[in-house]
Amino acid sequence: MPMIDVHDLRRTFLIRERRGVLRRTRREVQAVDGITFSVEPGEAVGYIGPNGAGKSTTIKMLTGILVPTSGHLRVADLDPSRRRTELARRIGVVFGQRTGLWWDLPLRDSFELLRRIYRVPTPTYERNLSAYVGLLEIGDLLGQPVRQLSLGQRMRADIVAALLHDPEILYLDEPTIGLDIASKQRLRTFLRELNADRGTTILLTTHDLVDIEQVCRRVMVIDHGRLAFDGDFAALHAAGQATRTVVVDFHDEVPPIDVPGSRVVRVDGVRQWLTVPAGTPTGPVIAALASSHEIADLSIREPTIEDVLPHLYARP
Amino acid sequence: MSEALRMFGAIAGAWVRAGFTYRTSFVVLTSTGMILTFLDFAIILIMFSHLDALGGFTLTQIAVLYGLSGFAIGVADLLLGNAEMLGQRVRDGTLDQMLVRPVPALVQVAADRFALRRVGRVLQSGAVLGWGLSAAPIDWTPLRVLVLASALVCGSLIFASLFVLGGAFQVFAGDASEVANAFTYGGNTLTQYPLAIYPVEVVRAVTFIVPLAFVNWYPALYVLGVDDPFDLPAAFQVASPVVAALFVAVAALTWRTALRHYRSTGS
Ligand SMILES: Nc1ncnc2c1ncn2[C@@H]1O[C@H](COP(=O)(O)OP(=O)(O)OP(=O)(O)O)[C@@H](O)[C@H]1O
Ligand SMILES: [Mg+2]
Repeated sequence: MPMIDVHDLRRTFLIRERRGVLRRTRREVQAVDGITFSVEPGEAVGYIGPNGAGKSTTIKMLTGILVPTSGHLRVADLDPSRRRTELARRIGVVFGQRTGLWWDLPLRDSFELLRRIYRVPTPTYERNLSAYVGLLEIGDLLGQPVRQLSLGQRMRADIVAALLHDPEILYLDEPTIGLDIASKQRLRTFLRELNADRGTTILLTTHDLVDIEQVCRRVMVIDHGRLAFDGDFAALHAAGQATRTVVVDFHDEVPPIDVPGSRVVRVDGVRQWLTVPAGTPTGPVIAALASSHEIADLSIREPTIEDVLPHLYARP
Repeated sequence: MSEALRMFGAIAGAWVRAGFTYRTSFVVLTSTGMILTFLDFAIILIMFSHLDALGGFTLTQIAVLYGLSGFAIGVADLLLGNAEMLGQRVRDGTLDQMLVRPVPALVQVAADRFALRRVGRVLQSGAVLGWGLSAAPIDWTPLRVLVLASALVCGSLIFASLFVLGGAFQVFAGDASEVANAFTYGGNTLTQYPLAIYPVEVVRAVTFIVPLAFVNWYPALYVLGVDDPFDLPAAFQVASPVVAALFVAVAALTWRTALRHYRSTGS
């Protein structure tokens, strides 16, 4: 039985706008416009798409915050909006831009309060608290009120808070927003291990494709409220015509290089940019370059979300 | 229900403990609150240095009206006054957080940032009520005691329902706490005085539309043994429990509907 089962899910928002003094117009926004997917227990799924695509709206429906306009929706076999409080025990939610902790309470009191709200048995609570606090390195912060934490510290605290009651599903809406590289890395490792060791189902939205690459095996792309892609990474790169870019500095200026399996997209003095389809190895291309010319410097740029996604969005 | 109360206790308790860490500020806030609410009654005292009766009511009888209304809104405000902040909660996303926790949202709204200092109003109104009841000429019967006791409970429920309705309205509209305040605190000020001083339209409105007259006016008429100056059915004077039950049901239904129409925010 799938953990999350969604069929033709829609949510529209009615927007009333003032135009001039008396004129008012009403407009419907199809925030989620008929999406269908299912997630099995233990999967880690990345949910990506441009601003306003409908990611947060989807998560709010999956958690029961928003009632869908139409469509079928089951999470852990429950209808989220009707069985919201029941479902709440089984899920953890982290909204990156906001905190689920109490601004004015010391972190320890926030955790303690969550223990009582979720009725977590004391041994479970203590085991989880010490494990997660250690892994996310927030042990020194427990006495501080949440408002005094930095963004990255607060985000880690929020993730601990969302996990104290052993949720079966963890929803993360932009959990790495505003984090420095080291914190992002630590968080990705943590999530990957959580998924692998505990089998926690993860649904993650982000604008950083590296998050997805490191945490998830499956990606769903949403654009204008519709699913544009659902599959694994190799398929995403193929579908998005992703390319890796080899940037070479030659010793002398040379005409655009012709190496099989690559294409020169830019030349600037001694520097040339060659693209190689993602999924094909760059080794042979580099070997061919080195054997024919003298190379001063070379680097490889991985495809980013910005490179891959426009191709998906452009498709009908 | 008992589960809801337990959760209310757990959350409110955390806030009370957090509040006590600044003990002096708690004492200062509570006592200034009590002084301010007392000044409120002082206005009535000053008025009575120039008159013997207002709308046919003596000072001690007005103390009963004042005390019942103040006690009711005091209890409601202590327990559910935070519903007033719902517009803010919608905007800053804390309502979203409450909706993903395994406790009814209303319990969390009520208990979150629970402020024990609000008990000041209950104590002050209780004192005024006690004085009024002991000083006014009342022919005590078991039924009068019962009507008085039920007025305390039902009045609190009616004001609490008003807070919930105000909160539900903010969930629909995103904001407009001023509108909600007009009904709760405005209603409290209105019912501090005998309804006899108001035009009959006001009396009809607080009887049939927003049933504030059942908080203190009708029960007080019964307890004090005063004839209804507007000649409305005598049954109204003992009807507070029925009215409160209906109003609670309306508020509960409206709250659920509001949550089902909640749109959250776009960010
Ligand atoms: N409460 C709301 N009221 C009106 N419109 C809304 C509301 N919430 C979302 N929308 C609209 O629905 C669409 C989808 O928004 P959503 O927040 O789901 O996007 P998103 O994919 O999470 O974007 P981002 O990457 O910017 O977070 C947008 O057009 C947005 O304006
Ligand atoms: Mg979003």
